[in-house]
This record gives sequence, C-alpha cells and structure tokens, in this order.
Amino acid sequence: MGNNLYSNYREVFLGFFRSLFFFFVFIATSYNFIISAQELTSADNTAAVQAGKKLFNANCAACHKLNKRAVGPALKGVSGKYDREWLYSWIKNSTAMVKSGDPQAVAVYEEYNGSVMTSFPQLSNSDIDNILAYTDYIPPAPVAIASNSAASVPVSSSSGINNTVILIALSLVFGILVVMLFLVQRTLMRIAKLSGVDIKPEVKPKRTPIWMAFVQNQFVVLTGVIFLLLSSAYFVYGYFMQVGVDQGYMPIQPIHYSHKIHAGANQIECKYCHSSARVSKHSGIPSLNVCMNCHQNIAEYNGEEDLENGYTKDFYTKEIKKLYAAVGWDEENQKYTGESQPVKWIRIHNLPDFVYFNHAQHVQVGEIECQKCHGPVEEMEIMYQHSPLTMGWCINCHRETNIKVESNEYYAKIHEALSKKYGVEKLTVAQMGGLECGKCHY
Amino acid sequence: MELNKTYWKSIDQLNPSDKDLDKLEQNEFVSKLPENFSVDEKTLDKSPTSRRDFLKYAGFSTAAATIAACEGPIIKSVPYVFQPEQIRPGIANYYATTIADGYDFASILIKTREGRPIKVESNTDSPVLGSANARVHASVLSLYDSLRLKGPLLEGRDITWDNFYREITAALNGLSSLNKKVIMMTPTLASPTSKKIIDDFVKVFPNITHVVYDSISTDSALNAFEKHYGIRALADYDFSKVDTIVGIDSDFLGDWQGGGYEKDYAEAKRIKKRNNKAEMLWHMQFESNMSLTGVNADHRVPCTPAEQKKVLAYLHDIVRGVSPSTSLPAQLEKQAKKAANRLLNSGTNAVIVSGIDDEVAQSAVLEINSLLNSKAFQPEEPKLIRQGNSSKVNSAIDDIINGNASGLITFGLNPIFTTFKGAELNEAIKNLEFSLAFTSKMNETSNVSKFVAATPHYLESWGDFELKAGHFTLSQPTIRPLFNTQQFQDILLKLSGKTFKYYDAIKEHWNSDILDGSSWSKALHDGYAISKKSIQIRRPNFANIDLTSLRNSSEKKMSLILYSKIGMGDGQQANNPWLQEFPDPITRVSWDNYLTISKYDADLIGLKNINTSNGALNGSYANVKLDDKNLKVPVIIQPGQAKGTVGLSFGYGKRIGLKDEMQTGVNAYNLYKDFNNIQSVEITKADGEHEFACVQLHNTLMGRGDIVKETTLEVFNTKDKKYWNPMPQVSKNHIEFDVTSKEVDMWQEFDRSIGHHFNLSIDLNSCTGCGACVIACHSENNVPVVGKREVRRSRDMHWLRIDRYYSSVSTFEEDNEIKESISGVGDSLTTFGKMEQAAENPQVVFQPVMCQHCNHAPCETVCPVAASSHGRQGQNHMAYNRCVGTRYCANNCPYKVRRFNWFLYNKNDEFDYHMNDDLGRMVLNPDVVVRSRGVMEKCSLCIQMTQKTILDAKLKGEQIEDGTFQTACSNACTTGAMVFGDVNDKNSKVSALRKDDRMYHLLEHVGTKPNVMYQVKVRNSDEV
Repeated sequence: MGNNLYSNYREVFLGFFRSLFFFFVFIATSYNFIISAQELTSADNTAAVQAGKKLFNANCAACHKLNKRAVGPALKGVSGKYDREWLYSWIKNSTAMVKSGDPQAVAVYEEYNGSVMTSFPQLSNSDIDNILAYTDYIPPAPVAIASNSAASVPVSSSSGINNTVILIALSLVFGILVVMLFLVQRTLMRIAKLSGVDIKPEVKPKRTPIWMAFVQNQFVVLTGVIFLLLSSAYFVYGYFMQVGVDQGYMPIQPIHYSHKIHAGANQIECKYCHSSARVSKHSGIPSLNVCMNCHQNIAEYNGEEDLENGYTKDFYTKEIKKLYAAVGWDEENQKYTGESQPVKWIRIHNLPDFVYFNHAQHVQVGEIECQKCHGPVEEMEIMYQHSPLTMGWCINCHRETNIKVESNEYYAKIHEALSKKYGVEKLTVAQMGGLECGKCHY
Repeated sequence: MELNKTYWKSIDQLNPSDKDLDKLEQNEFVSKLPENFSVDEKTLDKSPTSRRDFLKYAGFSTAAATIAACEGPIIKSVPYVFQPEQIRPGIANYYATTIADGYDFASILIKTREGRPIKVESNTDSPVLGSANARVHASVLSLYDSLRLKGPLLEGRDITWDNFYREITAALNGLSSLNKKVIMMTPTLASPTSKKIIDDFVKVFPNITHVVYDSISTDSALNAFEKHYGIRALADYDFSKVDTIVGIDSDFLGDWQGGGYEKDYAEAKRIKKRNNKAEMLWHMQFESNMSLTGVNADHRVPCTPAEQKKVLAYLHDIVRGVSPSTSLPAQLEKQAKKAANRLLNSGTNAVIVSGIDDEVAQSAVLEINSLLNSKAFQPEEPKLIRQGNSSKVNSAIDDIINGNASGLITFGLNPIFTTFKGAELNEAIKNLEFSLAFTSKMNETSNVSKFVAATPHYLESWGDFELKAGHFTLSQPTIRPLFNTQQFQDILLKLSGKTFKYYDAIKEHWNSDILDGSSWSKALHDGYAISKKSIQIRRPNFANIDLTSLRNSSEKKMSLILYSKIGMGDGQQANNPWLQEFPDPITRVSWDNYLTISKYDADLIGLKNINTSNGALNGSYANVKLDDKNLKVPVIIQPGQAKGTVGLSFGYGKRIGLKDEMQTGVNAYNLYKDFNNIQSVEITKADGEHEFACVQLHNTLMGRGDIVKETTLEVFNTKDKKYWNPMPQVSKNHIEFDVTSKEVDMWQEFDRSIGHHFNLSIDLNSCTGCGACVIACHSENNVPVVGKREVRRSRDMHWLRIDRYYSSVSTFEEDNEIKESISGVGDSLTTFGKMEQAAENPQVVFQPVMCQHCNHAPCETVCPVAASSHGRQGQNHMAYNRCVGTRYCANNCPYKVRRFNWFLYNKNDEFDYHMNDDLGRMVLNPDVVVRSRGVMEKCSLCIQMTQKTILDAKLKGEQIEDGTFQTACSNACTTGAMVFGDVNDKNSKVSALRKDDRMYHLLEHVGTKPNVMYQVKVRNSDEV
C-alpha cells in the first residue's frame, strides 16, 4: 500500500514539472518575439526629412498643411506638380512672380482668392530642398506597426493565463497534501488500535463563551458603547462635513478639452484663455473665438497619444471637429458659416451665491499662481476640482499668505502703519482684515 | 431748550387717550400670534393637522431636505461664441442715455452687467436735467416687465411685422385717398429728429393731424409763455442764484413743469458764511396740498386755490409799485406782505414761481420775474419738455367722439385712461375705422385699438432730444430688444417710404445741425451736446395783463387739487413694484392713492383715520362728486392741508396691463375735467373702511427723543453750538462728562485710525425727502418687494427709510410752556387736545435712516451665532449664511433698521413681483446675494461698492481720491445731502463734515458711536 502511495506521488510531481517546463519555454519564445519587434521601429528617416520638417513647422505650417487645403494649398507631393526652379523662385518671392505675370503664379494666386503668400528670401535652395523632401516623404507603411501591435496582444494575455495555471497547480498540491495527512493519520490510528493502545478524546472543562464574558463585564460594555458612539459620531460628522464639498468633481464635458495638452505640452499661459481673471471677479470660460485663434490652423492633433485611455490622435481630432461645429467653421472653405451652437460646459468650481470671490484680487493684485487653488492643471487630462473650496481652506490661506505690496502705491501708507502696529515686517491677508465676514459675504 | 420741541409722527400721538397707540409704543412686536393658536383645546382638536401629524411632517421634511442637500445640481456655463470686445463677465459697463417718456426727462447713465441693464445713475456731467428721480431710478425694472408686449397685434391676435406693415399701409392709403381725418397723438417728444420724421410722415399722409398730448397738462404755463415770448416752451429757473423764493402752488421739488430743480434749490439752501454771518435761502410757499416743496419751505402758508390767485395778484401789484387792490383775509395778508417785502428787498436775488393752472396767473408770474430782473429766471433758454396743447387735444377727442375723425394713432399714450371723457372715448375708438396704438405695454386704449404696434422700452431704443433750448441729449440702446418690437420712429419712416432708419436720421441730423464739427462718438459717449444755435425768443410785452379774474376768484364748494405723487407720476410705471411699494414721502402710504383732507374738514364730514391694534392704518371712504361723476376714494387726514381743499393724486386706478397686486387706487383722471387740476367737488362720507399700507406708525422710536435736531438761522448765528446742538451728558462721580468721552465708555476702543474708515453724513437741511435714494438702494441691493398685505404688517424690507416728522409751527417756548403748565390728568387731556390745533400747519422734517453702523453696535453683542460683526472699515457686517433668524439683533437695535425675511420673496408665487419671473430677476445685482427666508438683513453701507473701489485702486496701484467711495444712496442723492467717504482721509469732505458744528449722531446718549451722522437742520425763520 505504501509503495502504491509513493508511485502516485511521483506521477503527480512529474506532471507538475512538465507543465512548468512548457510554460517557461512559451514565455521565453514570446519575449524574444517582442524584442525583435521593437528593433524594427527604428525608422529610416533621412537627415533631409528631419531638417525639412523643422523648417516646415517654423515657416509654412501657419498657412499650409500636408494633406489638406488650409489658407494655402496642401503641400503633399507639391514637388511633383511644379518645376523645382519655379518653386524656388515662388517661395522666395511669390508677389514678384504674380506681378511679373507668370501664368502659373497668377493661376495659384487667383485660385486662393488673392491671398498673398509671405516671401521667404531667407530660405536657401537647399533649405527648400529639405522642405520638399519632407513634403514628399511618405512615412514607412503603417502595416508593420499594425502587425507588431497585433502580435503583442496575445503575449500579454498569455501571461495572465499562466498565472491562473500556477495557482490551480499550487492549490492541487495543497489538496493532495491535506489528503495525504488525513491518510497518514488514519493509518497511525489503525496501527495504534492494532497495538492495543487506547486513545481517549480529551475532555475539556466547560467555560463561559467569550461574548458572554464581555456582556457580563460592565466596564468593557461601557467603554465599548462610548467608543462606538464616539466613532459613529466621528463618521457621521465626517459625512456631513463633506456634504457640498465637491473636491475631485470631474464631470464629463461636452468637448473633451485637455488642459494637459494645452497648458502642459504646449505651455499656453492660463491667462491667455482665461484673460478676464486679470480684471474681473470671473476667470471666464473663454469664448470660442479665443479657441479659434489657434485652431483656425490646428485642425488635427499630432501630439502624443494615450492608448490605454483611448486618447488617440483620431480621438482628439474629432474633438477639434466638435469645436468647429460649435463655432460654425467651415474647414473646406476656411470661413465661418454663421451657424453656431454655444457649448454648454459643466461648471466645475461652484462657490455658493453668498460668497463673493474675485479672481482679479487674487491673481493680479495678490499675484497668486492659478495652480495654488486649481492644482496641477497642466497635468490634468480631464479638469477636476483640486481644492475643497471650503471656508476653512480659504481662511487658512488668508492667515498664511503675505500681501504683495511691492510697487503697489495703494498699500504704501496702510502697510507701513499696520506693520508698525503689529510689529511685523510683512503683513498677512488676515492682518489686513482678510478674515472679516463682510469681506466675502454680502 | 430748543431741543425739547415735540415731534410726532401722527396726530394721534397727541391724543393721550389713544390706547392702540400706547400699546404700539409699548409692544416690541406689532402683531400677536394668530388667534387660533390659543390654548383653546377645541379649536386645536378641530384643526386638520394634529400635533402628531405636525411632527410627522416635520420629520419627513427634515429627512427629505437632508437627502436632497447631499447631491449638488449640475450647473452649466455657456460662454459667448464670439465675445464682444467690450463685454467682460463680471465687469460693469456704463452707457449714457436719456429717459424721455413724455413725463420724465433726464440724462442718465445705465450700468450694465453681462449685457443686462441693472441700474440707473445720474449723469452728473450733463448740464441740464442730469439727475434721476425715484421714478427714473425705478424705470430699469420696467424694462423687465413680464407683461410687456411681445410683438405686434391685429385685433388682439399676433401678427408678423411684414403683414402688419401691409395691413397698415393699405389702411392708411385707403383713408388718405378718401381724405378722411386721422388724428395722431403723441406725448411731448422733445426730439428734433422725431419732429422731422413726423412732419415727413404727415406730408405723405396729409389727412393725419398731429396733436401733442401731455397726460398731466401744463397748458396754462405754456400758453402764457407762448403769448409773451413766442415759443411754446417753459421758462427755466436756476434757484441756486437767488436767496428768496416765493412759491405759489408750485411743487418744483416734485413734478412742477417737469421738475429737476432740487439740486439748485439745495445749493441755494446751503449755509454760506459771508462776513462771519451765515446766510441761506428764504423760501415761502403758499399752497393747498401738502407738497414736497411746501414741507421744505421755511414758511408754509396753507390757503385755497382762490386765495392763492389773490395772493399772486397782491404780490403783482406790490412789485409793480401799485398799492394792492386785492382784499385778502387778515392772516393771509400778513404773510403775503412778508413775501412781498422780501421780494422787493432781494430784487434780482428773488424769484417767484407758481403752478396755478391759469393763463393769467402764469403771465403775472412771468411779469413779476422780469420786473424783478430775477437772476434765477431764464426765459431765453426755455425748457422744451412740455409741449402739450389742451385745447387741440380737447377738440381732437371731440372729433373722435363725434365721428368727425375716422382714425386714431396713439404713441406712448393712454387717452381712454387719462381723459375726463374716457368712457365715451372708449366707445368711440371701438367704432373707429382705423385705430393704431404704439405702445410697449397693453393699456386701456391699445386694448380697443385695431392695430397694436409693440414698441421697445427706452433702454432698447435710439433717440435724440432737445430738453432745453440749445441743450441736446442722446439715448442709445443698452440691450438688444428683448421682444419682437420696433421703434415708433422706424415704423413711421418705413410707412413714409424711407429706406433709412431712425438711427441714421439722428446721426445725420446731429452731424449736420448740432455737433458743429465735434465728434458723434463723443456726444454718444457723453450723452449730451450743447449747440450754440439757440432759439430766438420775442421780447415780451406785459402791458395789458388784466388780473381782474385773479382778484375776483372765489370758490363755493370744496376745491379738489389733483397732483402727481413723486412715486407714481402720471402712472406710466404703475406695474413697477418698486414704485408701488415706495412710501409717499409725506403721507408714508404705499400701494395706494387717497384723498388728503384737513382735520377740520374731516371732522365736519365725519371722516376718520383709525390706527388698528396691529399697527396698520384704516381710513374712511369718501364720495367725491363732480357734476354727475362720483368717485369713491379712501381718505387720509393730512396735517397742513388747507381747509376747504382736498387732494388726490394721478397715476393710480389702472386695470389693464398690470398684475393683480399692482391694480391699486382710483383713477383721478376721471375728475380731470378740461385738463384743469383744480375742480370744484362735493365730498360726502361713504360706507366702509379702507385698509392702507402705511409705514407711518411703524418702527416707532419707543419715545426716545433727540432724533431730529433743528434750529433757526437766527439762533445758529447768535448762539453757541452748545445751545442748539448740545452733546448729551453723563454723570460719573458727580462730574458731568460728554457721552462720547472715554471716561464713561464701557467698551474697549478699537484703533480705527489705520486704513479706510467709512462715514456717511446726511444733511437734514438739504434732504428734500425725494426718495431717489430709497429706489437706488432697492436696485443696488436686491431688496425684495413684499406687497401691500405684508407692509400693513410692518414687514416692509426697505433698508433705507425716510422718516417724516411733523412738528408744531408755533415757537418752542410756547409749546413748552403749554406742556409744562399742564396740571393733572383732566387738564392734560384738554391741553393735548388743544395742541392738536397745531397740526393745521405743521413743520416737517425728513430724516433718512438706514443702519447707523455703530462702532459699539448693540446688535452685534446679542447675536448668538456671531452673524453680525464689525469690520475695521467701520461697516457693520451681516453674514446672511450664518444668520439663524433669532431676531435678537432687531430687538436690540435702537434705530429699528434691521429687516427680517419672513418669507421667501423670490421664486414664490405668493409674492408675484419681479423676483418671481425670469425676466424680472434680470435686474438683480449679481454682486449682492439674494437673501432667503428666515434671515435678517440690513444696509451694508454698500460694501460691494466700497470693496470694488478698493480693488480698482489696487489693480491700478494708486491711492484713492476723495469722492471715489460712494454708496447707492449717496450716488443717487442729487441735492448732495448724503456725503460718503473715508474719515481717515484728512482731506475728505466727510471728515470735514464730521468736525462741523452741525454734526450730531442719532440717539447719541445711547453711546453706540454710529458711523452715520446727521447735520442739524437750520430754518431761515427771518421775519423780514
């Protein structure tokens, strides 16, 4: 019987090792595959294309796009359409060419409603060659990238399957061990019985159950009740104090506007769009014509993607189209249709009506960074409420922040007198009366 | 001594046996709990809600409210697609414009926020009519009237403008081809471009006759001026240039000849030091009704209209150097002689003005002023804001009634409501072939007109005006038209076949005729322009004025004097809740018009005013009979009303185009026979009692004296300040101290010498009681309207009230002697009874009272939740969100200036005023929170305005100049009675006023150390 048992064990273990072996082999092969795929992506960009891209972005991108008509024509494959010498002189001084009556130049001039192309005398012929190289450049077929990503998908999922296999195997092992122990114990009992040893079950003395002991101990009950009451009061208080506090409020907006791209990647100043924060109590949600200052030329997104969340280039470009629809911008003809649809943004920072808050006071007079209250906006893909906007939060800041008096004639007299009175060098907002009820509530 | 003068707010206070009044003064709260809350078990059992039910409801609603509060609503923000350059959210823009509704003419500034007009301010730069009165301040709310017309109508049905034009053109062409007479009535437009447009229109349709119709006529003055000077206009007066004014029934602080004189009057009344002697205006007023001007006069002589004419004839004789041939009652002659002497002595520094509705009388006034060569009298630059012609209007109305006219076009008028023959006219217009009403709101006339053209409010319109010869103003739209409306002038232009608009016409006319090369944009920015081209007047010839008719005037029955109230004017804005709730400065009655009658006549007829136990005022009804017309009018017994006269104000009694609550009062135009404001009527007692919403007995001062301080010019000149403005004393260790001294102060003083410290000074000498500040406060601070029923319960919400105190005309010593000689109860009854006689012609003081912003505020110490606290800048802060509504503060306030929100006054159908509809709420000031139910509120000294001024200075990085700090009331105060500023600024006006001898604080002895101060009133009681 013992022999029999042993042979059983051996089989189980062998089977287990075998499956482990296959597993490792599988992982190793797929890992190799990933590495080889990554090596493939290093592109065969030439120096000319790189230089051309730089020049294109610096000089041409304001009016031209590669694949689409903007203020001027699309430039993809433009070198094929025109003679290179003609292109040199056109780019360097198009006005002169139109004036001289060059038929091709006049044709282009008329096709684009007489909009004059800026002259670029600073560009050398080789610069123009580079630009043309860039406009002619066809990026390596996206097929390769597609196959790569397709290959990588099963790899990641197969590692998941392996985890479960290991878990199942381990639990099997444990199960077998339990069964073995049970078998050993039964065998031992049988041996003892055969040897005539009498094993009696131990008799335990009767004890009061633990919960009964708690109930009978008045001190414990009392402290327990007090503890329970206090802790529930704590939680109830905590619950009520967060009513109306919407910290982290992150509504889905009608247009997916990414502060991360605008304020982060492109480093646009907050007050470029929220300009009324300088002068008014409202920071102001920018009107759509402010968006169009840039987006008249930026019709598609070409920055980084966040595939995990589905923020592809395509996704962002679609959002830009939403802006065009709202503002009534006809991309084809590059003009406003007059049919606009105002965007109904969802307001994130809501102060109650009985609080008066003025952006100009804080931003312009107090020179406080927007991020102090609004958090790391430049990292926010979706805007959310960073601060609790509670009165305690306001007051704390008023207690700690010094007034910016430098070169502000208004503070000249009062600051001197007050700092003498309080015996400090720099006054906090609170010392200037920033904690008075009526300063914010009226 | 002078200080012990007795003031009373109602003649009932002189009657010691008036138990109700006693109770009122004793009670902290005016009304008791409702009867059915008594311990009567049966009533309780019967009531549908048992105690248990109540608890259930309470529990459920608490739970529901808690749950509902947990989730915030989603708030959407919708920015502009293309933001206009000049609009920045949160920043107010101001536009200069002109109100010209045919009755009120003023050059004003409009404050707009996010494109919405929200407030009216005076255009102080404008040289003429640059001050807004209460009605003009309130006119911004009329823009958001929810009952305005939304588009043109044909026979009561909506129609498109295209169809409207087609129909009208067809109708007009039809009438024109048959040469059927059509009458076009407009109010005084005073608009040069409109005149051109109308002339062109009449050229195209020659069958149209244009008639200028002023609802309240100034026909006699216009006729007299036209007769002597050749132009249909009104002589202008500059009262600041004179030291003597004799007024005969001329309410020039009210609406006399278009009004707008309070600024100059206050300037004349200002105390000027000359040769170490104080001098000021001397003003005597002869009148029947108690008018705003009469109560401001140094001497007021009540007399009947016939007596007024005689007085005028008497003065005319004396000024001409003829011995007077008019017989006057002895007492009146004495007064008239005083006036005459004063006129002669002052010569060019004197002026006489009169509102007597009689052409001869008006001619006499013009002659006296030109004989005196008065500096104030300016006939060469006449005012053009009244041009109506009553005889033409009368014949036009007769033409319509008799069927001589086939069509009627009205613009901004409501002749059915405003004429004596309204009922007949109503029938006649119904039967007219063609009737067209240009109006922005439905009224009695448009209701029966076939065509109704919806016109925009003046804040949505273009316009140009010549208010005074050579003085032009512009009006411009401050908001895009809210409804589908078109301007009267634009419609006329289109009907005359013109392709340009009214705006083009104005611009062209101004560039060619008025601006004289200066910029149109500048004129539009300033709101006015002055042209050197002035109207040529004829040299007058007064040789043949026959005053016999004045001398022989007499009256048989009771004289009814029709007048206009400062709050309602001619009644165009009757659907404006601010104006309805505005208490009349003199009677302190809101939401009504009434017959004012003297105590003497009231006793004769048996008319009564009763103070009910809940603090409200009830009055008898009287029947006013004129020919065969009978009008049932409630009665107010008015101290100072001349015996034998009664007064009734225009503007009330409208029924169409008004919300139910606003349909108040009776229509006085029904008694406006021949456009004469004096009518001979019979008064009899009628059944029933009328419930007034009078704030007169509310907020009584619990018998605490020294509220109003006044003295005479003589005492002011000869005696020490301690005599006429003493500081109350307090005894400590048997030593007398000033109540303000540190020795007797229980409070720890806070150092207020650093930073701003705001003070408001109110000069009782300059305050005319006009009430512009009350409405300005309403509109700046989102003060709710509570309605007649609630005002009756003393729940009015005015943050700023203007208390009116009557006093005896006899000297103080006399008064005092009488009071002190009383021995025993019996004697006191008869003596106090006798003192009632003084009410025949009381002196009056106005005192604006708002939160006094005490440095030692009694309200702050009693608040259990510290909702009321003091700011370093002197303002007493009220944190509404902290207030739990215990009302301890209101109880502890010695000035009774705190107001409690008994109900939710916004978005509540029970209070169907402007805050209950989306349109009306557009007038709210976004910088001031709208208070909710259960919260105490009060004047904040416009902290939102002072904070804004400070922020602007910080943004610019500069010090604040004096005069930059303002409150809504001080901004609205044309007379300069209210001066606001920083007392820590040593050069400020207000810090000088604080050191003035006339300065005192309200209830100084209480020791509250207020930041609002008053300046002692000085009367020029010189006995020539």
